[in-house]
Amino acid sequence: MNARQAFIGQSVVRREDARFLTGNGQYTDDITLHGQTYAVFLRSPHAHAKIKSLSTTAAAQAPGVVGIFTGEHFKAVGGLPCGWLINNIDGTPMKEPRHPILAHGKVRYVGDRVALVVAETVDQAKAAAGLIEVDYDVLPAVIDLAGANGAPAAVHDEAPDNRCYLWQIGDKEGTDAALQGAAHISKLTFHNNRLVPNAIEPRAANAHWNPSSDDYTLYVANQNPHVERLLMCAFVLGIPEHKMRVVAPDVGGGFGSKIFLYGEETALVWASKQLRRPIKWTAERSESFLSDAHGRDHLTTVELGLDKDGKFVGLRVDTTANLGAYLSTFATAVPTILYATLLAGQYTTPKICCTVNAVFTNTAPVDAYRGAGRPEATYTIERIVETAARELGIDPAELRRRNFIHSFPYASPVGLTYDTGDYDATMNRAVELADVGGFEARKAASEAKGLKRGLGYSAYIEACGIAPSSVAGALGARAGLFEAGEVRVHPTGKVTVFTGSHSHGQGHETTFAQVVADKLGIPMEDIDIQHGDTGKILFGMGTYGSRSLAVGGTAIVKALDKVIAKGKKIAAHLMEAADSDIVFEGGQFKVAGTDKSIPFAQVSLTAYVPHNFPHDKLEPGLNENAFYDPSNFTYPAGSYICEVEVDPATGVVRIERFTACDDFGNVINPMIVEGQVHGGLVQGIGQALMENCVYDPESGQLLTGSYMDYAMPRADDIPHLTVETAKGTPCTHNPLGVKGCGEAGAIGSPPAVINAVCHALGIKDMPMPASPHNVWKAIKASR
Amino acid sequence: MAQLSLTVNGTKVSREVAPQTLLVEFLRETLRLTGTHMGCDTAQCGACTVHLNGNAVKSCNMLATQAAGMKVTTIEGIAAADGTLHPMQEAFNQCHGLQCGFCTPGMVMSAIDLVTHHDCSSEAKIREGLEGNMCRCTGYQNIVKAVTQAAAATKAMA
Repeated sequence: MNARQAFIGQSVVRREDARFLTGNGQYTDDITLHGQTYAVFLRSPHAHAKIKSLSTTAAAQAPGVVGIFTGEHFKAVGGLPCGWLINNIDGTPMKEPRHPILAHGKVRYVGDRVALVVAETVDQAKAAAGLIEVDYDVLPAVIDLAGANGAPAAVHDEAPDNRCYLWQIGDKEGTDAALQGAAHISKLTFHNNRLVPNAIEPRAANAHWNPSSDDYTLYVANQNPHVERLLMCAFVLGIPEHKMRVVAPDVGGGFGSKIFLYGEETALVWASKQLRRPIKWTAERSESFLSDAHGRDHLTTVELGLDKDGKFVGLRVDTTANLGAYLSTFATAVPTILYATLLAGQYTTPKICCTVNAVFTNTAPVDAYRGAGRPEATYTIERIVETAARELGIDPAELRRRNFIHSFPYASPVGLTYDTGDYDATMNRAVELADVGGFEARKAASEAKGLKRGLGYSAYIEACGIAPSSVAGALGARAGLFEAGEVRVHPTGKVTVFTGSHSHGQGHETTFAQVVADKLGIPMEDIDIQHGDTGKILFGMGTYGSRSLAVGGTAIVKALDKVIAKGKKIAAHLMEAADSDIVFEGGQFKVAGTDKSIPFAQVSLTAYVPHNFPHDKLEPGLNENAFYDPSNFTYPAGSYICEVEVDPATGVVRIERFTACDDFGNVINPMIVEGQVHGGLVQGIGQALMENCVYDPESGQLLTGSYMDYAMPRADDIPHLTVETAKGTPCTHNPLGVKGCGEAGAIGSPPAVINAVCHALGIKDMPMPASPHNVWKAIKASR
Repeated sequence: MAQLSLTVNGTKVSREVAPQTLLVEFLRETLRLTGTHMGCDTAQCGACTVHLNGNAVKSCNMLATQAAGMKVTTIEGIAAADGTLHPMQEAFNQCHGLQCGFCTPGMVMSAIDLVTHHDCSSEAKIREGLEGNMCRCTGYQNIVKAVTQAAAATKAMA
């Protein structure tokens, strides 16, 4: 690495801000094409119903209508695929019912797509949609998660008990025996509340078919355009991949909800050829609530066994996971591979067993949302550990320290091998930053005001950059999980980098440029980072699972290594030295031990003007690409401490202090990393205190379908957060030593908040969200 | 259709609009000023915030024709003619007050109104003042930091 430049580790202000701050960002809805038409989806008003008849005759006559499509049109088109096959305990595969582009014969949740109406304007499309006559035969709806298996109705005929799969990981007999021999068992049953991701940019798509070339272009608010293209072309529409370009331009937040292939954009692409016109659709917020894939929604019972010294001996977890009405792209992996494999947490618990009952319900599909499985795992572990500490009268930090993993690499009993970590360091620093020593005095001050004060801990671990592909494949993944990068050096020494990662807020255009600038010893101004367009970028698996820098950044580093290696050969030729004598530092190729050197730009110019060039050994040009498939996950970890004050008269919880100390390994841009933690923490605090997606248990109507009903955290709901990134333990298996930071805050924070509320009130459990109503009910119940 | 004349970012414009056209639709679709965003249907998120005669309004919550004869300023109109950023834009950049950028135009327009017309003497007051604008990315911390910085700069200029 180049010491002189040293962009790595600096809080470089973001380069991408300029366009966002001046209104020059280009989001999908900002793009209007020549001959543009507009789409509206008619959606099911019922949670579960047979479509007895459907007539579009009147609607088709309405002003401005260009075309109307229903499930009948899509009968011959493939269903939306699920990307991860999970097997039952008995080895049989999961139930995988058809996920239609538009409903056919039956609707299965409120908001299910019934018809696509395309018109000259949005208003005309809306008006025409209102003229479509649908006669429904309403069926009983399966809404209650706990009762789904025994419900009188079946969401899908092929799953009469509404079970998608019954899956298990770990040593069942060993865990049962460990719990039987335990000196103490703590047990909890709780609901990890259902959430709506709520990126502020609603989902949007604009599909265009070019009749002269038979090419499609899809602009779509999406986190992984190549995956979108692959799934849509190869598994649904049968369009040759080289005839489809997917562009994910500026994307206004994703949080998981824009990973998936949805029916809306798929229908648009198909219909754009039928109508020979570009079609644009932008969700209204109420549609986002109804139809974006939701998150969490687990019902879990957890038992932790401890020996007489407070050492964990066994952890038994039973979870019922709601998958919604259809299998979204990664739905099946979230409550299994991304959840149960994390149940060791930061601890040496020798025996763990987790059983997952995944069910269909008449609700919107549930899939990955910031953290995806890991927040649910962390909540499970950190709530039960804190409960055990309070039951045994052991300081919660001390109980954790007694059980921390201290020796790495550590092979957990649920399939992961942690490469590195220092859990004492982050816990001890968090305790210090949170001034835990001053808690009793603050508590006394609160009590003097008639208020309750509590302290809650959480020590999370997450696994980022899902990998390697071979292992993921053995576990049921139907995709590879590598990343691709390309470094195109121009003749003048300027550089364009193409990455398969996608930035929708993460700041890649700055962070990745910092890495490239240091590696090549050139100014950041000489580097451009391109992403989000299958027409430009060779391939990509996209951005999710906090993988961009660890996987996508490493692919770029590998490509840079190739550029430098070739550059050395060119430089050796120019300076008449042996290849092995050339070193590259500070943007200069040097002959080791001499004062001979030539700058990077001279080598690049020689590569493209190869008059004096080793043509016998090298091709001209300086353009390299690399694919990187990691050998392991990365394992960020940290400790969070929340201090709350609760007003027992009103049930209002105020977070007085929130302290986070994270180990993300090496950090490229501390300012961006802290920003990621802030955002994650607030989503986690939102889950713990405010957010809750609620369906009517009888009708299946979404009761929280707008910002009037779904409580999003606002600036005045949140305190100032104390966030510190520890010096950290660098990841051992990627060259940057980075681990990923995008999801940590959302993963670690909910149990810290709930542990604090429970501590304040002296109660064992508090359902999320700890809204004033729920807190007030809990206080009443505890009296 | 109704004839609508108003001033947008210092330029007089006159267009025929359908009477039900919202101000945000007029800005985005008719004038192609796509910096102003729509994030919700219920005037909750604030992504569509613009200035109307110098005061912040949610442009999804009024008809275009209600702005007849008035001065509208959007995110495209706050930097100096030579491209120098407004102190609030500058502060958002320096403090990392934005991530995905979607709420940012509305947030910046609200924040300018906040420091111009309201008490920004404490973090609590700034947080309360930003209550009408949602951000899902930043957790608000760096937005508050940016507004604090810009408020100090504004006060120093006054």
